[in-house]
Amino acid sequence: MAVVITQLFNGISLGSILLLIALGLAITFGLMNVINMAHGEFIMAGAYTTYVVQQAFSHYVPASLFNYYYVAAIPLSFLIGALLGFILEKTLIRFLYHRPLDSLLATWGVSLILQQVARSIFGAPNVAVTSPTWLDGGLTIAGAVLPYKRLFIIALVTICMVSLYLYLDKTAAGRKMRAVTMNRSMASSLGVSTKKVDATAFAIGSGLAGVAGCALTVLGPIGSTIGTYYIVDAFMIVILGGIGSLIGTVFGALSVGMLGTIAEFWSGASMAKVIVFVAIIAFLQFKPAGLLSARTRSLE
Amino acid sequence: MDKKKLGCWLFFIALFLGPLYLTEFRLALMGKFLCFAIVALGICLIWGYTGILSLGHGVYFGIGAYCTAMYLKLESSNGQLPDFMEWSGVSALPAFWIPFSNPVFALGASLIVPALLASMLGFLTFKNRIKGVYFSLISQAVVVVFVTLFVAKQDWTGGTNGLTNFTTLFGFSLASPLVQIALYMLTVIILGLSFALAARLTNSRAGRVLSAVRDGENRVRFLGFNPTSYKVFVYSLSAALAGLAGTLFVLQVGLISPAMMGIIPSIEMVLWVAVGGRHSLIGAILGAVIVNSAKSFFSETYPDIWSIFLGLLFIIVVMFLPNGIVGAFESWNEKRNKAKQKGGTADAADSVVS
Repeated sequence: MAVVITQLFNGISLGSILLLIALGLAITFGLMNVINMAHGEFIMAGAYTTYVVQQAFSHYVPASLFNYYYVAAIPLSFLIGALLGFILEKTLIRFLYHRPLDSLLATWGVSLILQQVARSIFGAPNVAVTSPTWLDGGLTIAGAVLPYKRLFIIALVTICMVSLYLYLDKTAAGRKMRAVTMNRSMASSLGVSTKKVDATAFAIGSGLAGVAGCALTVLGPIGSTIGTYYIVDAFMIVILGGIGSLIGTVFGALSVGMLGTIAEFWSGASMAKVIVFVAIIAFLQFKPAGLLSARTRSLE
Repeated sequence: MDKKKLGCWLFFIALFLGPLYLTEFRLALMGKFLCFAIVALGICLIWGYTGILSLGHGVYFGIGAYCTAMYLKLESSNGQLPDFMEWSGVSALPAFWIPFSNPVFALGASLIVPALLASMLGFLTFKNRIKGVYFSLISQAVVVVFVTLFVAKQDWTGGTNGLTNFTTLFGFSLASPLVQIALYMLTVIILGLSFALAARLTNSRAGRVLSAVRDGENRVRFLGFNPTSYKVFVYSLSAALAGLAGTLFVLQVGLISPAMMGIIPSIEMVLWVAVGGRHSLIGAILGAVIVNSAKSFFSETYPDIWSIFLGLLFIIVVMFLPNGIVGAFESWNEKRNKAKQKGGTADAADSVVS
């Protein structure tokens, strides 16, 4: 019983991190049809922001307040990620709309540069972030220990999901974004500034990656290649979930998280990745458009 | 047009005579780059001519190299168990290794296994009309699958270290300079033949269908062609070229490891073609040689900034040189011709290299 609960919990936990990463991709991919390979480096940016905030707190802030650095780090990671995303969109991506393959190559170049910059600033070895003491320990349910760190991540992801839903569904800006996703030219002719929407969407997606990076710091040391570890998984989740469908991405992330932890339990960490990817490719044979996708009669 | 043909001939002859004017070290480097040029030819066929961006050619290159490396390893082990297997506690040669003691089988496998794998993957994805970036991302996932497998199955593949420490090929010592020169010349000949084959293909009817698939797949389908079979064919051909290049690579470099077939090497292969000119076969060859020369120069002198330079190269080529060096040269040439005489006919379109 304890094993089952632990596995289930680990699956949800892994899935929720993947979800946070994949959500940003799903927004930019679904909305603008550009592939942002530098998305992983926004995760890295968020992680290093958390590291810097933690260092700053341990040097300049009374020790009694150190535990609360995380509260400052989360919004800052979001902002740094969003800022980087905004700059990238304004300088590069907006010239590459409708050229998805080229956007893939160009952003890959950006990702190489950002990684090297991070290595030059923070050094090649991984750095460890001391997590706040209130995240130590865990909750015991039926003999299974659920670490607070992972519970915290699940809560964080849930909050991000709910805010994103509220933004997309209840605010004018969010509704404009959905309109552009559904039919760009129609939205544009009705007076929606697609340029503004694109830049905002890109910033939000990148900001979510920043938050994901912040969340990853409580799980282990971080380094300049932290993004590359997750980026392929995240793209596969977006494809599995179906383009342009955020709910599909949620299901995709959770099923990949579940399958990943189950496979890891049976066959070890490296084989788990093989099993998950083979399963996704096999699944796409039956549903090439992904789990949930907008039904369309158009050809391309 | 004849000028271009002549240029190609001169280029290949200059390469062939490399041993006369290159030092041993430079010759070894050049041989390696020319192997990469064969991969680039394959990528040019599938990306430039058919419009399918594969980020997984490292796998085909690696599998080709491993097939040959398995033969070399067995030959240099003198009938005993390869050293890394002993270290991982394997007592008998795995069954799938046994046929690789035959060089003909190993060399054949280095062509056929990548081609078969590519046709299987291609058939499954192209039949389901998974295309564009979806295919690219899936091919990248395939890279992750294979690299992870090769690293994890240490007792079968040598793990992270890969296969190395080869001594002889057909009884000739691989270390001798003469064998290396012969291998270099063999590489040039194979590159030339692959180039001729690719040029012939792209100028044939089938080649025109391939470009049509790139420009409007649905129209091709409506005209009664089956794009799937054309795409599967060109994808397996380019995988076979990559496997062939892997064989030549492992013979000259004497090492193959999972790090050489991973995500980054695979995407670098695409960069060679992008830099040279994705719509030009000779451009792909030039791109592979130029980018790799730049890489060895930069990583010898400034190892830290190589990856920044590589990143910038990606951005610059995509933003400002979408048709690469050859494309830029052609449009410059065209402009000059137009300025010189307005009545002149510049038929650059139907030449070998266009």
